[in-house]
Amino acid sequence: MIEGILIGLKTALSFQNLMMVMIGCFAGTIIGMLPGLGPMTAIALMIPITYGFDPATGLILMAGVYYGAVFGGSTSSILINAPGVPGTVATSFDGYPMAQQGKAGKALAIAAYSSFAGGTISAIFLLIAAPSLSKVSLSFRSPDYFGLMILGLTAVAAFSSKGNFLKAMMMCVLGLMLASVGQDTLSDIPRFTFNTMNLSDGISFVLVVMATFAMSEALTIIIKGNDPSKAAKQISLTDLGSIKVNKEETKQMAATIPRSSILGFIVGVLPGAGATIASFLAYGMERNFVKSEEKEKFGKGSVQGLSAPETANNAACSGSFVPLLTLGIPGSGTTAVMLGALLGFGIQPGPRLYETNPDIFWSVIMSMYIGMVVLLILNLPLIPYIARILAVPRTFLIPMILFFSVTGIYLMSFNNFDIFLMIGIAVIATILRLYDFPMPPLILAFVLGGLMEENLRRSLLISDGSWSFLWDRPLTVCIMMTIFLIVCWQIYNSLKSIKKTEIL
Amino acid sequence: MKINSVKIISLLFFVLSAFYLYTAHQIQVFAFDENAPFNAKTFPIYLGYAGMFFSGLKIVLPDQKPIEVDPKYLEFRKTILLVLTMIVYGATILKVGFFLSTSLFLVFSYYFLGERRWKYIIIFSFPFVAIFMYLLHGILAVYLRDPLLKYIGIMG
Repeated sequence: MIEGILIGLKTALSFQNLMMVMIGCFAGTIIGMLPGLGPMTAIALMIPITYGFDPATGLILMAGVYYGAVFGGSTSSILINAPGVPGTVATSFDGYPMAQQGKAGKALAIAAYSSFAGGTISAIFLLIAAPSLSKVSLSFRSPDYFGLMILGLTAVAAFSSKGNFLKAMMMCVLGLMLASVGQDTLSDIPRFTFNTMNLSDGISFVLVVMATFAMSEALTIIIKGNDPSKAAKQISLTDLGSIKVNKEETKQMAATIPRSSILGFIVGVLPGAGATIASFLAYGMERNFVKSEEKEKFGKGSVQGLSAPETANNAACSGSFVPLLTLGIPGSGTTAVMLGALLGFGIQPGPRLYETNPDIFWSVIMSMYIGMVVLLILNLPLIPYIARILAVPRTFLIPMILFFSVTGIYLMSFNNFDIFLMIGIAVIATILRLYDFPMPPLILAFVLGGLMEENLRRSLLISDGSWSFLWDRPLTVCIMMTIFLIVCWQIYNSLKSIKKTEIL
Repeated sequence: MKINSVKIISLLFFVLSAFYLYTAHQIQVFAFDENAPFNAKTFPIYLGYAGMFFSGLKIVLPDQKPIEVDPKYLEFRKTILLVLTMIVYGATILKVGFFLSTSLFLVFSYYFLGERRWKYIIIFSFPFVAIFMYLLHGILAVYLRDPLLKYIGIMG
């Protein structure tokens, strides 16, 4: 492991990669800060740029963007009560009241220190957990992988759908359908290409991500008439107050950070759960841990109330890399985007990544830690200046996002068809978003589609067409049981809320 | 059962899944693969059924939290104009070239979204695209097709 860490450090500390971490964190902070634009959009916008670099550098840039965007999301939550990402909603519960009390600088500093601490602790966990899990996952077979992918999709659908499990499952199926367009990987038989050469290679992953996130988010902001810059005017962005944290506050944070980090990391590792659930759970847990007089302060600017979700959401970000790097199965929408980008580089993440590409494996882990340091050193002092971006009017912001999306696809294919297809998918995604159809399950399914079919093919061929592979091995049975429990839980919740609606 | 927009979307999804299933059955597989436990159309067929199953359930089951979007509060005009501008941009980017089509796309988009400060509109279109192109083409050596600039002799 020491050797691996040294390899990782050597790669991550090269001048080019250090620059990439800095650029990534900075760009991520800016994009993540804009309400409505989260880490997925930030990473999606970066993908075409990363293809110009080697895989390790590209992935380091994306990891920097990821952390930067999460940090940026907290900034908009605290300053204008408009969380850039769902993972920072809980941050606004106590961060915004603090900002209203004239302590915006302090709130931002607490968020930054908590993020740093949460990220650091979970990076250490990742350092220990990833190689061990890699070794264990070498014993996984095709049926287990197939089961794990179904579990990932079901879990993401269950957790990201806010009570609309069926909608999320429909989005999963749509993602898998989009992934099935193009030539069959084994027989090269064209499927759903409608005799056009433009579809014979399938639909580009970058195109789908850009269309369903960057572009459709921009269109949703326009159609709903939200103007982030109007919200920014409510609080002074020029005078944020002191960023110093006193002894008492540090003491309070010191108790909160370890438990929230552990919780965040564990939740992050679970498929589908991610930063949003981690932050809410940490907020709830912290409220139960503190004394009754402190409990009263929750929701009114409590230090622990701000520190707990911030620590947990950053810890969950590191945790979500565990299934991606060790099993090759992303646990969240954001890591699904990263998996797609990795596949674009010709790298297959999974247990063998640890052996075949140790430089990538370790440099990503090490760059996460460096990313945390960069965020703290670079972004915290710059926050008063970066925060002014929140006041950029949407009349300039939206066309820029659309421009970067179209250009990203144009530079990859030099093809009008792809641009039209992207616009078409973006329009459909915008309509679906208006009616609360979640997009992360679609992306996760799109990325996993090919792998899922491959593993199902292998499993069915080995078992001679019988579905008994689902209960032949104890591990597969455990995975299938978990899926069954998640589905049952969702059905129970649905029936409960239908009954409630009928009573009302 | 109340008909609402989500039910209509689910119905459309059901029709899409049925069409997908029909197309999946039409996939031509090799003769020796026809009776194999898994061939090129097996997975799409399962997907077609899954799509019909989930959308069918969504249509039949009552809504937990019905969502109705009031068209009064939606800015259709701006959105449609922006989408049309993007389509024109996509259609002209190869023929007219990156510089002019992108700059005009930005000018029209800013204008359609309500921006009237021409100084900023101009700064964030033509010079902005020129700098962007210089960074991409000049520094990062990313190929950018631009017949117009090539004709004028600015780009090689």
